[in-house]
Amino acid sequence: MAETTAEVHWKKTSSLMILMMALWLFFGFIVHMFVVPLNGIRIFGFPLGFYMAAQGSLVVFVGMLFWFAKAQDKIDRDSGFAEDE
Amino acid sequence: MATEAKAGGGDFTSGLGRIYAIYTGGFLAFIILVAILERAGVPNKILGYMFMGFTILVYAFIGVVTRTAEVGEYYVAGRKVPAFYNGMATGADWMSAASFIGMAGSLFLLGYDGLAFVLGWTGGYVLVAVLIAPFLRKFGAYTVPDFLSARYGGNTARLCGVMVLMACSFTYVVAQIFGTGLIAQRFLDMNFELACFVGLAGILVCSMLGGMKAVTWTQVAQYIVLIVAYLIPVVWMSAIKFGIPIPQLTYGQALQQISDLEQSFIKNGLAPATMKIHTEPFTSYSPANYFWLIFCLMVGTASLPHVLMRYFTTPSVREARISVAWSLLFIFILYFTAPAYAAFSKLEVYSTLIGKPLADMPMWVYNWGKLGLVTICGKNAASIADVAASCKAIAGHAGILRWQDLGINTDVVVISTPEIAGLPYVITGLVAAGGLAAALSTADGLLLAIANALSHDVYYKMINPNAPAKQRMVVSRVLLVIVAIAAAYVASTRPTDIVAMVAWAFSLAAAGLFPALVLGIWWKRATGTGAVAGILAGFFVTLFYLVITRYWPHVGVNYFGMTSLLNPITGAPLVSADAMKAALSNPAIADGPVLASSPLASRVGWFNLNNISSAAFGLPIGFLVMYVVSMMTPAPSKEMQDFVDACRRPRGKTLMEESTA
Repeated sequence: MAETTAEVHWKKTSSLMILMMALWLFFGFIVHMFVVPLNGIRIFGFPLGFYMAAQGSLVVFVGMLFWFAKAQDKIDRDSGFAEDE
Repeated sequence: MATEAKAGGGDFTSGLGRIYAIYTGGFLAFIILVAILERAGVPNKILGYMFMGFTILVYAFIGVVTRTAEVGEYYVAGRKVPAFYNGMATGADWMSAASFIGMAGSLFLLGYDGLAFVLGWTGGYVLVAVLIAPFLRKFGAYTVPDFLSARYGGNTARLCGVMVLMACSFTYVVAQIFGTGLIAQRFLDMNFELACFVGLAGILVCSMLGGMKAVTWTQVAQYIVLIVAYLIPVVWMSAIKFGIPIPQLTYGQALQQISDLEQSFIKNGLAPATMKIHTEPFTSYSPANYFWLIFCLMVGTASLPHVLMRYFTTPSVREARISVAWSLLFIFILYFTAPAYAAFSKLEVYSTLIGKPLADMPMWVYNWGKLGLVTICGKNAASIADVAASCKAIAGHAGILRWQDLGINTDVVVISTPEIAGLPYVITGLVAAGGLAAALSTADGLLLAIANALSHDVYYKMINPNAPAKQRMVVSRVLLVIVAIAAAYVASTRPTDIVAMVAWAFSLAAAGLFPALVLGIWWKRATGTGAVAGILAGFFVTLFYLVITRYWPHVGVNYFGMTSLLNPITGAPLVSADAMKAALSNPAIADGPVLASSPLASRVGWFNLNNISSAAFGLPIGFLVMYVVSMMTPAPSKEMQDFVDACRRPRGKTLMEESTA
């Protein structure tokens, strides 16, 4: 049985969600579990582990959200579920 | 792009870019004017009044201009707020007195471990954008409990939502009014109780007249004030110290110098070998506590009703998503600057105080010491004689200030750094105006969330469904004033636990609302009974852990198997076995709720977890209960499943159409 447009739309939306959650998990938690070895590296005076928690992960979060808004909008448009401009 | 406001409406919302550009220019001109007056010898106190008076007048003006008598505008600003401006308004709504004043101070004291707040209070927006906000916008809710009621069929779910909302928003709003009181007291020498009620008046002008519409446009104005006020002193310090006015880049060098100073303190006996190294992780929180704290703050962010309701105001689902991204960008600007603020301030304090003779302390130490905010050798540093006396009491003290002798209250860091770094008073006044903007804007959003829940969810939806629109708004305004006065009254009694209580709000919101909101959209099988059971289980488990560990730790130890938390560095219990025994047999402790100063308060728990992350227990239990009960009850009807499908697709009308007559 062929999938309906609605099913395809939700499948793509869910995959995007899982990708976003994986990135969130990585930059919110996993990378900071390696703070001690990362702190051994210094860039412009910043220990890298400290830098990731103070700025690195935050920059990724902001970038992620702008990209997400675009990507989800494309999924909506492709399925014909996007709002009229 | 920023200035292309495409909102219609004809009145205030047309030409937004131009209006706020003029406003920003006017504010900068005002700062320069005050700086000139300072040069001309106008006393500091008058300059302080000018800053406070001018900004509050502007907010009140916006509140009056954008007042409304229409239900849609009152509850969701007519859904006409462009993504960019909603982002700014959310930034102000989100960043409270704690973010503005407390954050850099926490980073100063906790070093790396304080970054849990930076990460937790930003990463949560990923959850907001991906899991929740766009779907609620499509549904077309006026309040968060609206969605719970529609999805879970009935007023029981609505009432549970209102309960969680009240529990987390009320303590939060008390903390904001407390914050305005503190600022007015310190900068205007106003009586604290009076200051609380003056702050209240400032809040009411905006939120009462125009509901969400007025609050939105005031919050945009407040964001501009608070971000300018936060950035200017740090940019200035960066330029003075390192020659480049980009503090986020230059504080790497400050970190390097702090680390060199720390090493020299230890080598020269000015600090114990166990001193907190600024960039060293897990000196204040164990790794488990650190990560659970980040997790609870993130999930709590995604569940706080006053934040979620901001995304009900955008013109479309698409704009709601972009708006979350803008919000995070505007919040990010402050949060990635806070660690720089902390580093500059710490460097200044380390290099000018530690290792210097006690008699040579600068004036600001005594100014803040008199207020009990700076301590030396364990006592308030009120005067040279006091400091000398309290240090003499320590055996073998050489009369040189050591690292462990100095204590600084977290609130002082942001407020006093301009003074410590020798910047002119105009900057100090600016910082005070910024702190006030942060506290007022958050209080506005919170009060509106509470009043809307009471008037829309409780009064209109449950008590009097036939109430005409006009009457509903009257009820909302009356309730708003009552709640605001109650909050100001509580704040004026100076509740000591206020800061801790704000941190609790995140855990309560996370455990109470997150499972019901997320599963309601992402899992069609979730049932009404399941949701109600999940909300109650998550909320009360979290509340139990908070209340027992903080107020009845002896009950937790005696009956619920709690044990002392562990010191993150040494791994030894914070309360030794002997001390525990003594405390438990102390009748003063064994009889009732304990004070924050009790040896057991917030020092016991399960699995060595701090109560600040108590959603670590409540959230999984909430999810589990909701899953199990949903599976045991009949699947939701076909109509309900279609309803969920409709929430998932942006196209089409909102699902909830409100009577506006």
